[in-house]
Amino acid sequence: MIPFDYQPAENAEGAVATVARAPEATFLGGGTNLVDHMKLGLARPSLLVDVTTLPLDRIETLPDGGVRIGAGVRNSDAAAHPTIRERYPALAEALLSGASGQLRNLATTGGNLLQRTRCVYFQDVTTPCNKREPGSGCSALGGYTRYHAILGASSDCVAVHPSDMAVAMAALDAVVQVTGPGGQRDIPVVDLHRLPGDQPHRDTVLSHGDLITAVDLPPAPASRHSRYRKVRDRASYAFALVSVAAALDIEDGDVRAARVAFGGVSHKPWRARRAEDVLVEGPPTESTFWDAAEAELSDAEPLRGNEFKVPLARNTLVSVLREIVSEQR
Amino acid sequence: MDAEITLRVDGRPRQCTVDTRTTLLDTLREHLGVSAPKKGCDHGQCGSCTVLLDGRRVTTCLAFAVAQNGAEITTAEGLAGDGEHPMQRAFLDHDGFQCGFCTPGQICSAVGMVDEARAGWPSAVTPDVAGSVDIDDLDDAEIRERMSGNLCRCGAYVNIVSAIREAAR
Ligand SMILES: Cc1cc2nc3c(=O)[nH]c(=O)nc-3n(C[C@H](O)[C@H](O)[C@H](O)COP(=O)(O)OP(=O)(O)OC[C@H]3O[C@@H](n4cnc5c(N)ncnc54)[C@H](O)[C@@H]3O)c2cc1C
Ligand code: SF4
Ligand code: FES
Ligand code: FES
Repeated sequence: MIPFDYQPAENAEGAVATVARAPEATFLGGGTNLVDHMKLGLARPSLLVDVTTLPLDRIETLPDGGVRIGAGVRNSDAAAHPTIRERYPALAEALLSGASGQLRNLATTGGNLLQRTRCVYFQDVTTPCNKREPGSGCSALGGYTRYHAILGASSDCVAVHPSDMAVAMAALDAVVQVTGPGGQRDIPVVDLHRLPGDQPHRDTVLSHGDLITAVDLPPAPASRHSRYRKVRDRASYAFALVSVAAALDIEDGDVRAARVAFGGVSHKPWRARRAEDVLVEGPPTESTFWDAAEAELSDAEPLRGNEFKVPLARNTLVSVLREIVSEQR
Repeated sequence: MDAEITLRVDGRPRQCTVDTRTTLLDTLREHLGVSAPKKGCDHGQCGSCTVLLDGRRVTTCLAFAVAQNGAEITTAEGLAGDGEHPMQRAFLDHDGFQCGFCTPGQICSAVGMVDEARAGWPSAVTPDVAGSVDIDDLDDAEIRERMSGNLCRCGAYVNIVSAIREAAR
């Protein structure tokens, strides 16, 4: 690890200005991903600006009835918060399914969104990887692909985004608040992460010096009836093979609103709009669920070694939808 | 780059100068001679470095000490001053360890976990996250899930679970 300077941030604008002016500077949240990457030689910052000292550690209700989660709120506190549990249960469930109790006490909302892929080749500096070293090649192609993408990948990178929290946020139409060198802006969570294309080294649409200050959850009746399910190789403390966040608003026997997102399948949380279109404005029947899953996954492109993810994603979605419907009866 | 930091460790104020690259774990073990937290993986994956930081369980191998300046740290050594913490007693009574390497982390994690359950925090196996959570709901499935961040290479899990079940009463 190269030597670095450490500065606790005093205010958001100052932190942004400091990082924006130094190309090798970066923000430090709970450190559970960044410090790991510094140890592994994937990140080599010369200045860390600690943003956990900013007053971004609150969860508050917004005038429109939505909820704002500060970027510094720890994953454990967000998951335990009564409003999140009651109004956005899928988000609480997603947070609780991630990492471990000790890590969730450190991990922040901002850091969780910006955690990087767990692709084993990305994390191993001795192997070629286009995300780590543009142009060096992708070791996962033809390699170990169990944890890799089936949707939206490119010939340059087939990695997936590892966050559980972000998948629930994508389904719940959450919006990220960003303060950058040019001022403040909002970015829907679904637009925050990118597909790899020919620039897999860019995980998100953010630029150097952009600070996440909060995530806003809009009020929506469907969100109360939301669930998150994660399928993994062991019962706990493992990343997702496939996960599903879904929310349904059912009135008079018809689906009024449907929100679906998949995790573990793509370079970004995968919002399943085609599945939603099939579900909406009809009764929530078993055959509609299968049609919805088929609509979303019909052009999935699994790799050699992760073909199982297509039926797994399909079955998990159908099962989660069934569960949401049975709870609304 | 050196930084001067002050911590309260197991009830005692401690000062030291550390390179900013030093983790909290290495600061405790190598600079302050507090060897209860163990270095298993050094990547956040095993839980053997768990302590209570300002009363909450955390891993210390992925935290830079400089970012924890002023913090109150309790390791397994300082859980009950010079006395014996009920969680420590329960681990002894239930044979909740074999080689003992993971044990200081298991015990700190268990103490923090029981506090979380008492505070009404749900877990990934809680059937309804929106409902209320009571310490009496802390059955074996809940204990296993909530303790999944602590690996035991000796596989003492069965007795670890029964020790925690008893101490949580
Ligand atoms: C063993 C292990 C298992 C895990 N399992 C899971 C899992 O199952 N599911 C899951 O979802 N996650 C899992 N994680 C990942 C964990 O959730 C992330 O490491 C954590 O959420 C990152 O948050 P942090 O605050 O520690 O971020 P940091 O490590 O501090 O930062 C991560 C990145 O975000 C940037 N950053 C931080 N805050 C901001 C901000 N406010 N604005 C702009 N940039 C910012 C940093 O510069 C850095 O690039 C696991 C991690 C470990 C070590
Ligand atoms: S899948 Fe992406 S992250 Fe993994 S080796 Fe290929 S380029 Fe790198
Ligand atoms: S040494 Fe910290 S989690 Fe393994
Ligand atoms: S008792 Fe040996 S590792 Fe747990």
